[in-house]
Amino acid sequence: MSAILPPAERLWWKHPIDRVEGTWIALAFIWCMIMFFMMVLWHVYGEQNLSTETYKTTPDAFMGKTQAMVDQYTVRTETDMEIPVVAPPAGSDVYLISRLWSFWPILELEKGKTYRLHLTSLDYNHGFSLQPANINVQVVPGYEHVLTVTPNQSGELAIVCNEYCGLGHHTMVSRLYVR
Amino acid sequence: MANATTYRICPRSGLQFEAQAEKLILANAVAAVVFLLIGGVLAIGVVLTRWPAVHWLEAATFYQVLTAHGLDMLIYWIIFFEIAVLYFCASTLLRCRIATPRIAWLAFALMVIGAVVNNIAVYQGASSVMMTSYVPMMAAPSFYLGLILFAVGALIGCFVFLGTLVIAKRDKTYQGSVPLVTFGAIVACIIAVFTIVSGAIILIPTYLMSIGVVKHVDPLIYRMIWWAFGHSSQQINVAAHISIWYLVAAVVFGARPMSERVSRGAFLLYILFLQLASAHHLLADPGVSTEWKVVNTSYFMYFAVLASMIHGLTVPGAMEVAQRQKGYTKGLFEWLRKAPWGNPVFSGVFISIVGFGFLGGISGVMMGTEQLNLIIHNTIYVPGHFHATVVVGTTLTFMALTYYLIPTLFRREMIAPGLAKWQPYLFGFSMYFFCLVMMGAGTLGVSRRHWDMAFSGSAMAYEWPGAAYMMMGLVGIGGIVAIVGGAIYIYITVGSLLWGKRLEAGATSQKVTPIPPTAPSAAAQTYGSMGFVAPGSFVLAIVFLVAFVLYYFINWKYLSTLWGMS
Repeated sequence: MSAILPPAERLWWKHPIDRVEGTWIALAFIWCMIMFFMMVLWHVYGEQNLSTETYKTTPDAFMGKTQAMVDQYTVRTETDMEIPVVAPPAGSDVYLISRLWSFWPILELEKGKTYRLHLTSLDYNHGFSLQPANINVQVVPGYEHVLTVTPNQSGELAIVCNEYCGLGHHTMVSRLYVR
Repeated sequence: MANATTYRICPRSGLQFEAQAEKLILANAVAAVVFLLIGGVLAIGVVLTRWPAVHWLEAATFYQVLTAHGLDMLIYWIIFFEIAVLYFCASTLLRCRIATPRIAWLAFALMVIGAVVNNIAVYQGASSVMMTSYVPMMAAPSFYLGLILFAVGALIGCFVFLGTLVIAKRDKTYQGSVPLVTFGAIVACIIAVFTIVSGAIILIPTYLMSIGVVKHVDPLIYRMIWWAFGHSSQQINVAAHISIWYLVAAVVFGARPMSERVSRGAFLLYILFLQLASAHHLLADPGVSTEWKVVNTSYFMYFAVLASMIHGLTVPGAMEVAQRQKGYTKGLFEWLRKAPWGNPVFSGVFISIVGFGFLGGISGVMMGTEQLNLIIHNTIYVPGHFHATVVVGTTLTFMALTYYLIPTLFRREMIAPGLAKWQPYLFGFSMYFFCLVMMGAGTLGVSRRHWDMAFSGSAMAYEWPGAAYMMMGLVGIGGIVAIVGGAIYIYITVGSLLWGKRLEAGATSQKVTPIPPTAPSAAAQTYGSMGFVAPGSFVLAIVFLVAFVLYYFINWKYLSTLWGMS
């Protein structure tokens, strides 16, 4: 009898379990339950939970809302492309466009304040990878994902696109300021 | 037609090969190795480009090469080999003829045509969409058509396997239940059917979109159903390579499962829960609820992880029990020290078990935790993880099995046995290193599928920490060593097939020799005694659990330092 031969006892589900296996199964089961409830508990007590607030959107609708924010809160422009740097008030809705191959506009947030950050893509899938804070979120076209974020460190951060989006993928990188 | 075939009993292994099945297994295995060779050549381009100091290929070529590397390795090499394993586990282990050999050849032809058409589409340049081909980014129609043809072929192969089981049952070539290894193969086959159907559900509309018949495929729906194909195809691997672990334990040590109930029960958990894991890829996505993510990403309540942890104990446990019966009973680990470390069939599997658990398993559960996914989503941590599961786990196991099949199935003496002795160590340990440094770079945030971490040509380039550059350099070095290890495997396999000394085929007969019924031995009854039959494996399992718990909570600690998000 071996693993490549039929079991000798016809009723394999009546095979006895050795203590070494029983003990291990019990330990592994407890660990699995701990891991499962850890996710649930973090939703109650933890502070890093990804929002699931999502709306269907279109490039025009999202562009309109972003443009309105840019018109109202631009403080300066940066780089040769004159990308607006936008400093919206704490607690407000903040919009970030992902498209081939740039993020628009540049955001300036305040440390310790909470914002509703709206993400979408105007074309392909993109990635929102905030570095070095290391927060990574998928950006899917047609869907407006609203994250509630509270920056906890000040400085100049980078937003890197980490979903492959074509030849210029490696040039798709932007800044985010936290004051 | 049923009687037109012959059966031979291999004098070296005692296995009985049916003539048609033998040719089919050989053809599928050879096709697999050819795609491993192509994928391995492509891997040179991938690692030498991601090694920052070398940065070899142009962006367009890099993405093209990366797309083909993913497809050839994750789909073609592995699924061709798995079809060979399925036929082996049905026809050879159950000692019966293969069902509908002509249809099995048709399946093989479809798979070859599909794989070639898909590869050509990528090399023509208009299909550098990565293996995942997320819409709305579109590839050439032949890209999808090739994948669909391949999938149809593989699906037919699954049904040939199931039909063969029916023949064995009808012809009474065995008594009682199928062997554990065949049981595991059935699990792999069930998962494969689910996987391939999911692939068809999403790739057919995408193909129709590429030729202009369908106007729109929703990007989020695409991601969800594509991953029911993409992730599940890796779950076929898990079921298949764990079956092979049991097979190798049986042929190298004569080991039997410690408890058929435990090992089969764990396989059944795979059928029930393993497929939920496609949710791992949607944890950072919009549009799916928290409850959906938590339930699915945890395979309901980590029941598939439980199953893998069980196999992680029972496979080495079965080896330990067999070794202890041979008298290697000193201390906790004499059974392991006296194991045949010079036999690549064993060493390959053991290196695979350890790496799959410690590197692939732990990292996979960490990154599949709903909140923790935020710190690694789409970073190079992800390929670090899946090279530990798919390369160390599946590919290395398949390599070890090949060394067993060369004299038995291929009937050739292995060329360069000295080289084969070292190959699992070279390949396995360099892959360990490769995966570790990739995960290290991923923890620092480095993106996957990215041509240039220096962001050349961008006005707002981000400067990665020096450690990230160092890790990516080490990825390059580890990757090159692993490619050398893979090349040695191909040299030994192909070389043995071409130039190896022919071995005696064994007695051929027109009639099938059924498996004699196994009498319940006295020893079998002592199993399940309340003793600790495999203390050494238990200690190894505890070491694994401690590593798992520590690494898991370290990542929660890391997560707690992130921005507040709700």
